[in-house]
Amino acid sequence: MTDFNKLEQDFSLWNAKVEKANEKHPERKKQFVTGSNAPINRVYTPLDQKDFDYVKQLGLPGEFPFTRGVQPTMYRGRLWTMRQYAGFGTAEESNKRYKYLLEQGQTGLSVAFDLPTQIGYDSDHPLSEGEVGKVGVAIDSLEDMEVLFDGIPLDKVSTSMTINAPASVLLAMYIVVAEKQGVSAEKLNGTIQNDILKEYIARGTYIFPPEPSMRLITDIFEYCSKNVPNWNTISISGYHIREAGATAVQEVAFTLADGIAYVEAAIRAGLDVDEFAPRLSFFFNSHNDLFEEVAKFRAARRVWAYIMRERFGAKNPKSWMLRFHTQTAGSTLTAQQPDNNIIRVTIQALAAVLGGTQSLHTNSRDEALALPTEEAVRIALRTQQIIAYESGVAETVDPLAGSYYIESLTDRIEKEALQYLKHIDDLGGAVKAIEQGYIQKEIQDSAYQWQMDVEKGERIIVGLNKFQIEEKPPKGLLRVDPAVGERQKERLSALRARRNNNMVISALASLRNTARGTENLMFPILDAVRAYATLGEICEVLREEFGEYQPNVMF
Amino acid sequence: MERKIRVLVAKPGLDGHDRGAKVIARALRDAGMEVIYTGLRQTPEQIVNAAIQEDVDVIALSILSGAHNHLFPRVVELLKERGVDDILVFGGGVIPEEDIPFLKSKGIAEIFGPGTPTSKTIEFIRANLKRPLDR
Repeated sequence: MTDFNKLEQDFSLWNAKVEKANEKHPERKKQFVTGSNAPINRVYTPLDQKDFDYVKQLGLPGEFPFTRGVQPTMYRGRLWTMRQYAGFGTAEESNKRYKYLLEQGQTGLSVAFDLPTQIGYDSDHPLSEGEVGKVGVAIDSLEDMEVLFDGIPLDKVSTSMTINAPASVLLAMYIVVAEKQGVSAEKLNGTIQNDILKEYIARGTYIFPPEPSMRLITDIFEYCSKNVPNWNTISISGYHIREAGATAVQEVAFTLADGIAYVEAAIRAGLDVDEFAPRLSFFFNSHNDLFEEVAKFRAARRVWAYIMRERFGAKNPKSWMLRFHTQTAGSTLTAQQPDNNIIRVTIQALAAVLGGTQSLHTNSRDEALALPTEEAVRIALRTQQIIAYESGVAETVDPLAGSYYIESLTDRIEKEALQYLKHIDDLGGAVKAIEQGYIQKEIQDSAYQWQMDVEKGERIIVGLNKFQIEEKPPKGLLRVDPAVGERQKERLSALRARRNNNMVISALASLRNTARGTENLMFPILDAVRAYATLGEICEVLREEFGEYQPNVMF
Repeated sequence: MERKIRVLVAKPGLDGHDRGAKVIARALRDAGMEVIYTGLRQTPEQIVNAAIQEDVDVIALSILSGAHNHLFPRVVELLKERGVDDILVFGGGVIPEEDIPFLKSKGIAEIFGPGTPTSKTIEFIRANLKRPLDR
């Protein structure tokens, strides 16, 4: 048993001694801070954890409040899913990259779509000019999706799709491709990002205003709970919020605020919380400050568990669990001395694993320069495999628990995130806070602060503002064939000539009707997809009915 | 008395990454310039219209999607078509170094890659303005 009185006395004597020595030989810095500018003490002791309550704060793995992880055995049972986000050019090229990744031991697919697809434009739309196939694969219709998953059995892989505003359409295409492979919807495993609120906040691929967007999302919740039971219907994402400059606390707070807004919307739409909440999933960033990041993941799990149980009265333990995917932090990668990025990614990946992630994408070293080459992606995947098979960190559950520092950080992030959540509630919830620009402003302030700290040299970025060298421009970057756009256009016009256009017209008319009413939009979208209506045609109907989001631009 | 430098920070194309654009916009404002930010998803036509309407000295373009070779030159072409030759146009984003000579040949004055300090951009603007600042 710790004698706190004795420890307090010892600590103050020790502190006086150290302070005195400090006058002669000062520490490296006047103030030490985390990657998110939170102050760090010289040392942490049981005095920082005097009110520590193991049962309330940590619990056992796989049990409320899940601070130690959502599975009882964590990686002893099964390693995290190694899932590299990939896609570029045409469906054929991306299909080849997926098969390559699966051969290399990747265990799940993660589809990157190009920007026109993400914003609901066909490849022949004027705004798509120059963008087709650039940051992901171009998908215009079911035909492209059939090619994308050709030879990949959809009952054997889990597929994550980074698609938001038109998520219903891409999910419908996936379901129909599976049907054609003879795989029924209840056998499908995967995730759609489907998180529109963070698009308004940070990522930018929104189409419709909040209200109809929330309807599309809750329609997916309802449809999947009955028809695609193993599908993660949303991936509530802090990743892009963090990339936009948020601190670790802001990442947790704004992501969970969005989560609360989705749960409230679904309950308002008449769904029972335990019907949809077990399929909610999350997506976080992993930055360089190893301990702060580990604490962030732990705090996020604990906060969410209490929110779901206490605030929403969820009864099913699966509704309390915050399951998440992690990606290492693209914004921390440097264009200077790009090989150093391999080390950054290793630290970040380690944080994600020590924090109990369910799946992980490790960034490639060349991502500050271009889309990753095959070789760079392989090193990134190998980084995960080395952590999994060689480092030993996966052999016990939540190995950092009980560290005075980790628990103090976890408590601090929890406390500060709860303060933000309270403030956002006072503003009327996440949607209102976004419409008022509050969340965006908070993030922009943090981003600016970071940039100024780097420019003043208060934050050292190796190779960028210290330890620079003269470098030759990197060679062998991946380039997307500029002819992709033309090929997609030709494919589209051939499709439009070949398909049964009467069926398309009637499917789109029925979609319009449903959009005007209150029935579930998934059904007419599935019909339209089956008739080979294009993504752009489907989204155009919804644009006409729902209007488009008008952002509040500020800086 | 010198007037303030007027800058349009613009995001052509469809990508939503505007952390950099917003940081630059704020740094230029803090450096005493008048800054207008277009927001996302602007066509080259919209950007040129805004630049002329707002009578700016500088257009700062930001793109991270890889569509720079298509969209950046288009902005300069449209300015020429409108008879404007005294606006300084430069860009930034994830742009491979081997694309820079092409972009410069198309009239983009400079390309700033990831990691460029805002102070460098500010100096560049002050040194390369095409219009006089004294009224």
